[in-house]
Amino acid sequence: MSKVLEIKDLKAKIGDKDILKGLNLDLEEGKVHAIMGPNGAGKSTLSKAIVGHYDVNVTDGEIIYKGKNIVEEEPEERALDGIFLSFQNPVEIPGVNNAYFLRTAVNARRKHLGLPELNAAEFLRTMKAEVAELGMKPELINRSLNEGFSGGEKKRNEILQMVMLEPEVIILDEIDSGLDIDALRAVSEGINKMKDGKRSFLVITHYSRILDYIKPDYIHVLKNGQIVHTGGSELVEQLEKEGYSSFEEK
Amino acid sequence: MAQEEVNKAITGEYNLGFEIDIEQDTVPPGLNDDVIKFISAKKDEPEWMLELRLKAYHKWLEMEEPTWGKVDYEPIDYNSISYFSAPKQAPESLDEVDPKILEAYEKLGIPLEEQKQLQGIAVDAVVDSVSVKTTYSEELKKHGVIFCSISEAIKDYPELVKKYMFSVVPMTDNYFAALNSAVFTDGTFVYIPKGVRCPMELSTYFRINAMNTGQFERTLIVADEGSYVSYNEGCSAPMRDDNQLHAAVVELVAMKDAEIKYSTIQNWYPGDEEGKGGIYNFVTKRGICEGDNSKISWTQVETGSSITWKYPSCVLKGDNSVGEFYSVAVTTLAQQADTGTKMIHLGKNTSSTIISKGISAMKGQNTYRGLVKIGAKAEGARNFSECDSLLIGSQCGAHTFPYLESKDSIGQVEHEATTTKISDEQLFYLRQRGINEEDAVSMIVHGFCKEVFSQLPMEYAVEARALLELTLEGSVG
Repeated sequence: MSKVLEIKDLKAKIGDKDILKGLNLDLEEGKVHAIMGPNGAGKSTLSKAIVGHYDVNVTDGEIIYKGKNIVEEEPEERALDGIFLSFQNPVEIPGVNNAYFLRTAVNARRKHLGLPELNAAEFLRTMKAEVAELGMKPELINRSLNEGFSGGEKKRNEILQMVMLEPEVIILDEIDSGLDIDALRAVSEGINKMKDGKRSFLVITHYSRILDYIKPDYIHVLKNGQIVHTGGSELVEQLEKEGYSSFEEK
Repeated sequence: MAQEEVNKAITGEYNLGFEIDIEQDTVPPGLNDDVIKFISAKKDEPEWMLELRLKAYHKWLEMEEPTWGKVDYEPIDYNSISYFSAPKQAPESLDEVDPKILEAYEKLGIPLEEQKQLQGIAVDAVVDSVSVKTTYSEELKKHGVIFCSISEAIKDYPELVKKYMFSVVPMTDNYFAALNSAVFTDGTFVYIPKGVRCPMELSTYFRINAMNTGQFERTLIVADEGSYVSYNEGCSAPMRDDNQLHAAVVELVAMKDAEIKYSTIQNWYPGDEEGKGGIYNFVTKRGICEGDNSKISWTQVETGSSITWKYPSCVLKGDNSVGEFYSVAVTTLAQQADTGTKMIHLGKNTSSTIISKGISAMKGQNTYRGLVKIGAKAEGARNFSECDSLLIGSQCGAHTFPYLESKDSIGQVEHEATTTKISDEQLFYLRQRGINEEDAVSMIVHGFCKEVFSQLPMEYAVEARALLELTLEGSVG
């Protein structure tokens, strides 16, 4: 089984605080990896480190993607190369039309891949179809990006971007937080549709609820800045019963 | 075409800074009665105009330069400026316009040859002190619309000029307006007769070319009862190390049920990072809604000039008249802008809207200064003001000075102001989607300006977007 992303002995700080303390993790091609752990364990820091967020200062270790260490790469280079993060709290950008933004992003990616850019009409056709499939209101297409969207609409909009950008590594940071059952189902369907045996998923969550909809191949327990245990989906049940305390730090 | 234009414009730095190599007829620097007589004679003006100019000049001598603006510059030596400069060949028709000027306007993206023009836009081209070419005049005449240089109007339509010039901006209104009244060289005159909807966009393009020359244009637009006109102005100048003065006056008159839409894209040379060179843009623009139900709308996109000092205003005299001001002012490099508007409510049920967007980057300083005045008889007057500032980087500044004078408590005034920094979180979000940093900034800035850009005629909205991108290029990071 080939590895898409290898994280080796990763150490990272936020401000002065050590958060990731020598974390090791491999993502396999076509697999769904879930990261579970208590609050403050470093789950969000891990996702930010992978996409090059400015808050995170990587002090040691490597993130190998497609054979090269990307720790020094700009966020947009990582994105163009196929790494996508669904944000926990998507930011609002007033005056920037949702469709215009997404077409710019999609065409930047297509250009990077050597594909012809999509014109406005071609793009809108696809976007409208996906918007309908995700059960989003059509008027969100021409609203300002995330501005005045409800929590559920923001999350669906993240999934819409994911579907349109066709990334290779997908990180979902607390995608289920604040979703009602219908939204959770729609979002999960969007994610499951993206499974093609090639794409890898990193699902970050502290509830097991989402894992009823997106079946993980592996579960990793993150505690105090390290992966302390890796297992299959049977771990969910154990975690439900016993909590994180049964997993000792290394 | 839009994307192509935008791409073409993103080539960095100020790319309109070239000089037209033509023979110029320029008076030596300095200002006195003789210079004013010379200008008037050069323009073959009637005696009454010369008398008005001299009167303004003598008033100006007694006035003092204003210092209340939040702008900082070395004192101007008014005797080092040349007050008249014209291309030597005076053209009679397009065939006689110096090919170098035609070429220069092509470079600016404004072809003067009519068959090549964007359909539906008539252009008056002004180089330094004279109008070199007005297109579509004949076509417009069929509708009774007068569109010509102000110099021609003084000779050909003296009654209209006498009636309206100085009626909105009196010659002693302020220091720079008085100077302009004495030495104004050219500009545009527009008259739309009763009930006529002007069949095309009217446009004037101003170009300062000669060295050490001031440009003092004067524009007068009169929209008679029930008429409509949309007028646009654009401007640029060569890159020079010395500061050049641009002190224009614009007067608008809207009669009963008339509407004037006035759009400006100002791109004078801004000077360099240290504040060396660039245009001092000290301009008085004012319109009067003379008749009931009339409307005047100012839209401006200000990206150039080293110093901008201008307050396009509306005097809402007619009942139910409407005044609007939509502005984007960008200051980057070491630019300073003190700009805003005055809405003077005199008539009943008058309403005004002010949307001002200031963007500051590098060492730019941006000030909004606005006055909303509600007169004693302005029952039911309403104003809405929104002033937003966007800061890019940490060396720039934004300042807001809203003034309100109300003689009547019935009026309704709302003011909203925000100052935001482009947030790191917004930038990161766009970059995580594969959009590079520069494009991400530009996307956020365009979003910020959207309400104003949507007021511009389509062709100009494209130009404004391109210009904004060009102006902010390299100001991030």
